[in-house]
Amino acid sequence: MSERPPLPDGFVAVVKRDCPTCTLIEPVLVQLADAAALAAVVTQDDPGFPDLSASGSAPDCTFDQDLTVSYLWDIETVPTLLRIEDGAEVERIVGWDRAQWEDLTGTPGLGPELPEWRPGCGSLSVDPMRADELAGRFSATGLRSRRVEFAELEDEFEAMWDRGWSDGLPLVPPTEARVARMLTGTTRAPDELVAVVPPDLVECTVEKVAVNAVMAGCLPEHLPVVLAAVEAACTREFNMHGLLATTFFSGPILIVNGPIRQRIGMNAGVNALGQGNRANSTIGRALQLVVRNVGGGLPGGVDRATLGSPGKVGFCFAEDEEGSPFTPLSVDRGLEPGVDAVTLFAGHGPSAIIDQKSREPESLVRSFASVLRGNAHPKLPLKIDAVLVVSPEHGRIFREAGWGREQLMARLGELLLLDTDELVQGAGGMAEGIPEAFGGMQLPKFREGGLLVCHAGGGAGLFSAMLGGWVNGEEGSDPVTVPIGT
Amino acid sequence: MTTVLDPTGERSVAERARLERPSSLEGKVVGLLDITKPRGDVFLAHLEQGLRRRGAADVVRFAKPTYTKPAPVDLRHEISTKCDLVIEALAD
Repeated sequence: MSERPPLPDGFVAVVKRDCPTCTLIEPVLVQLADAAALAAVVTQDDPGFPDLSASGSAPDCTFDQDLTVSYLWDIETVPTLLRIEDGAEVERIVGWDRAQWEDLTGTPGLGPELPEWRPGCGSLSVDPMRADELAGRFSATGLRSRRVEFAELEDEFEAMWDRGWSDGLPLVPPTEARVARMLTGTTRAPDELVAVVPPDLVECTVEKVAVNAVMAGCLPEHLPVVLAAVEAACTREFNMHGLLATTFFSGPILIVNGPIRQRIGMNAGVNALGQGNRANSTIGRALQLVVRNVGGGLPGGVDRATLGSPGKVGFCFAEDEEGSPFTPLSVDRGLEPGVDAVTLFAGHGPSAIIDQKSREPESLVRSFASVLRGNAHPKLPLKIDAVLVVSPEHGRIFREAGWGREQLMARLGELLLLDTDELVQGAGGMAEGIPEAFGGMQLPKFREGGLLVCHAGGGAGLFSAMLGGWVNGEEGSDPVTVPIGT
Repeated sequence: MTTVLDPTGERSVAERARLERPSSLEGKVVGLLDITKPRGDVFLAHLEQGLRRRGAADVVRFAKPTYTKPAPVDLRHEISTKCDLVIEALAD
């Protein structure tokens, strides 16, 4: 915290002309000045107020235009009357209360024409329009990011683009005030280290995440999800570096569980994987901007994707836990129910799974399996994970038949046990496939834990979705689920 | 003027990188942008001769509609597509 500007010993009044109570007590200030009982007046909005020319003494008058005095002396209400001794505050009263003012100043007969009591007004230093800028200016640790000043004639949106900060879409300028406001969304200190971000392996603080979250269009309440996602992405298991560098399509997909989904207004319903919801759209984008700007991961630089996919701008959605026939994804992945969590999956998509005819789980699960078998290539087993997003109309078929997650997974496991004679190189007239030495056996399409199932989507439509993954395990990426902090 | 916080890892300067200066004018097309102040054309005519002597493949002359305003987008686009280099000359 910055040091308080000194105030003289004695009584100091903090006022603004825009406050009716302050203008009401102008004669009282004159009275106190007359009695030489007023050491100083701090005025927030008008250097000509209060008019003390009629008084016999001249207290110090400070025009606190930039509100430094008001902010650092924690003025919340005007008028405030402070009693200062040896440069320190020993007492304060706020608003107008004749008895209090007479008692504090030891001056009887103050404002005889005035009402006994009037509440004060909000200090300009706590005005919502000013508070964030002040918080940024004087925040406890200070915001440490380098300041970049745009030139007078530069359009700020063009200027950010020119500096290479954008993913191709407009960015919100990360001013001090906006970053300070973003930081109110977390209890973590701005200088706390969140992760070491690839590819340049740059140490990334809460503040840097907040700067990029502002640019992405996040609200402060989205920040804890972004922080958790950055942490999860920069783990060895998730391997953000490899995911960025790959020629493959994938990027980080974020699936959010827990009560935070409703609290920050995420979409798990109609168009859940699509556009139009602020939290869904900006949280995933914020993570990608951190990778781009902090980590230095640029398309054409370390990002060598052959085709990429539109989800690389940001791909984030929430699971519809309430309508789901299954346990939530985060619980399946080891967290307690009701814990806010984000799961990161290295993937792309979606690919459609149409089945408008099945009314029994056995038929529907066969449709799922036949599409899931095609993940990346029908002849490639084990190496590539997938997320199955079951829609409400498909989910209902499982619920009504009493199928939970375990039953679904067990049946999919059986159906996706593949005869390797169909998978070997050359089989089916296709050179792609596994080495011939693996013929004559059965292999599962997905490794243990390599098929993630969640539930989302609008109430109408007998369609589910497959989100294809990137190479898994040591040479690729493992899904990572982390709790979301505060 | 807007001041923002640098969103990057701060491993390089925050200024926009300038294009590298060419080592010679050999084979280059140079644009001369006249801001249309009086006698700017005379100054640029001398400049054009000098550039040609120094090996410029061609010198193309452009003029802003008025010196009081920035060059229109179309003009800037035309210069960037036709020229390797541009000299925006001030004369007063």
